[in-house]
Amino acid sequence: MGRLWAVEVVYRGIFQKTLAKNITRAIVLAAHHEGKPGISFGRYGDSPERNGIPAKAFAIVGTDDITLEEGMARYEPTEVDISISVDDTLCKGVESWAWYGLQPINRLTKPGGTLLVTSRETPERIIEMCHKKTTAYNLAVLKAIPSFSGLWVYKDDHTDVRILGAIAKFVPELFGLASVQKAILQEWHDPLKATSAARTYETITSVPVKPSQGNPEKPYEFVKPKWTEMRDGITIPAIPHGHAMTDAENHKTGGFQPDRNPTFKKYLTRTMRPVVNFDTCIKCTLCWLQCPDSCFDVTPEGLYDANMEACCGCGVCEAVCPVKDCVTMVNEVSFSDNASQWEAWRKDQPAYQAWLKGKIAEKGERSHGFRYRGQYAEQLPAARAEADGND
Amino acid sequence: MATAVKIEGTDRMELITGSEAIAIACQLADVDVITGYPIRPYDTVMQYIAKLVSNGEFDCEYIIAEGEHSQFEIVKHASAVGARVFTGSSGVGWMYAFECLTVTPALRIPMVAMVGNRALDDPGAFGVEHNDALAVRDLGWQLVWVDSPQEALDTALIAYRVAEDRRIFLPCAISCDGAFLTHSQALVKIPGQDQVTKFLPRYDRGDLLLHPDNPITIAPQANEDWLMEIRRQTAAAMERSAGVIREAYTDFAKIFGRDYGNPFFEEFETADADVVLVGMGTLSNPVRVAIRQMRKEGKKVGFVRVRWFRPFAADELAKCLGRFKAVGVLDRDFSLGSPYHSGVLATEIRSAMYPTAKRPPIIGFIGGLGGREVLLPDVYKMTDIIYQAAEGKTQPLTQWIGVRE
Repeated sequence: MGRLWAVEVVYRGIFQKTLAKNITRAIVLAAHHEGKPGISFGRYGDSPERNGIPAKAFAIVGTDDITLEEGMARYEPTEVDISISVDDTLCKGVESWAWYGLQPINRLTKPGGTLLVTSRETPERIIEMCHKKTTAYNLAVLKAIPSFSGLWVYKDDHTDVRILGAIAKFVPELFGLASVQKAILQEWHDPLKATSAARTYETITSVPVKPSQGNPEKPYEFVKPKWTEMRDGITIPAIPHGHAMTDAENHKTGGFQPDRNPTFKKYLTRTMRPVVNFDTCIKCTLCWLQCPDSCFDVTPEGLYDANMEACCGCGVCEAVCPVKDCVTMVNEVSFSDNASQWEAWRKDQPAYQAWLKGKIAEKGERSHGFRYRGQYAEQLPAARAEADGND
Repeated sequence: MATAVKIEGTDRMELITGSEAIAIACQLADVDVITGYPIRPYDTVMQYIAKLVSNGEFDCEYIIAEGEHSQFEIVKHASAVGARVFTGSSGVGWMYAFECLTVTPALRIPMVAMVGNRALDDPGAFGVEHNDALAVRDLGWQLVWVDSPQEALDTALIAYRVAEDRRIFLPCAISCDGAFLTHSQALVKIPGQDQVTKFLPRYDRGDLLLHPDNPITIAPQANEDWLMEIRRQTAAAMERSAGVIREAYTDFAKIFGRDYGNPFFEEFETADADVVLVGMGTLSNPVRVAIRQMRKEGKKVGFVRVRWFRPFAADELAKCLGRFKAVGVLDRDFSLGSPYHSGVLATEIRSAMYPTAKRPPIIGFIGGLGGREVLLPDVYKMTDIIYQAAEGKTQPLTQWIGVRE
């Protein structure tokens, strides 16, 4: 048997579906230029036609047809030479529509393999977001904002080809830069894109990540029931109503915290999270009423605490809140846990205000979608300058 | 739901069609929700139910839908909230409801439907063929064929008992041959309400009931992590069905005094038979007459009428048919491109026989399509062919009978 290579692209459903497909396609085409057969596919079970859901696309390449077929006997690879995350918030983990709990972003990255992340953050900050792994690997950060290249819009910001250039650098046995450039010209007929790939190839570097580094949290998991243990008739019992909350400071009970699905949390869909200024909240109930995921817990004093195990980060609460700057959406990379904001505020209000101010200051780019027409054109000069300076 | 007028006392005799017998069974079963959309020959059941309702003899929600798709959806939802339901169709009407037919078994909806068997278009034809009901044979529907109005009435009551058994909760379709059964009247013993009430417990959906006191979600999307387990559950229900059918027939005989013997198939003159014919539905009549005639000439011919096609009594049927020197299967349906270009029943029987030691030659016949009668000469001709097969003379494995050639 010859040698097999596997590449995974982790992306956000809808927003980056076409981006992921184009990357994995081009990998196979580039490998083909070196006489290696390959297959590219999106993981069907992810059902990636939903906003922001973590999803995966793969490219599998072998030195020959038989090796490729052996590799495809199990559709989804158990380890990959390089894991690519085209949105840095995905480094917190992957919970797609498939029922497997939370999978660390580096779960499939083979020992000594590479995790490539598009981000404006430092490698140190990305490592903190990724779960600890028992084996060492390398992290490469490709300076970029998450590319919005999905089902409806293809933002041609060269993220696709820059990633291809990086693959040629980190997995040179898979294919060289020349083959990548041939594939790019074949797919996009754009010499400028071939130049972008070459520039990334020449400049990108990686840092080693030791097994001791990373988020120590154990990813949640569960065991799927046997057919004899499942209810029949395709019926699912309602989640129980929920219960009052307890104020840890004065032990007063009240308010309401709904019970939530313990096995399918879906908060990893989130790229932005709301931060709430409890001092200016007028208790109008609008965020609580409008939240499509019922993520707000009602506190004993009638405030609304966005529960980060349930929030998908859609931003409706920010949009409906009538008080200026009471609810603000902040990029998910600014946070390291899902702790209750309300509890932090109850504990130490001045400290919470300082924290809140800091988070809003570093608010960060909204990952996906545009808030108004023409926003993309406004973003371009800054993005170009950044790419020129840092890549 | 209360029945407006209860039928008092015990058996009374009525001269009624198979369709009317089914309508009366619905009245006796105190069905809550009935839907209809007219298509021959199913429309006859609709007419009889409408008459019972308008005469104040039957209190039910009787809904005429705008098409068969809605017709089956309405009763599906009614059944989910605990209503006993009845519906049905024929030919392409049944096909128009196909999506609803596919979802019903996995949702474990004990819908009882009457299929007035009718040829599928094109050409537009009213006469009987079994392809309509057989189209759902792989999906989890229990399928039964009857050959008389009395059996239609009795089987409808049994169908409710089996379908609504918590161990099963699968839909059941009763097939009645268009014209021969749906439009032909015969004397039928109509049982008393007290007997039916004794035989048929209330429909209790239990933990699957969609109700504010039992908040559940029904039929969410599910991916590959769940589908096999769900299919396995539905398969297990179908695997239990034969046992529950047997119980129901035993209780039926005790309460109503009519014993159908083996629920799954009926044997006629098989005790000493050399060869047998196998078939479903009303073709039993000419076949029985022909057999009586042939027996006078010393030909030991028997007939096996299959009632329950799903579940298919493979073991029993294989054991039964293994006793004979050759077997002919008369299909009132076709399965184009199937093994040996046979009909559906012939293919199933060959498959059932394969693991057994005694495998007589099996000749498939296709006849009686589009409502054409199966005549005595047709039966004689088939019997000759079966005898030749029994004598070891090679025969085409599928032969069309009664076709102009």
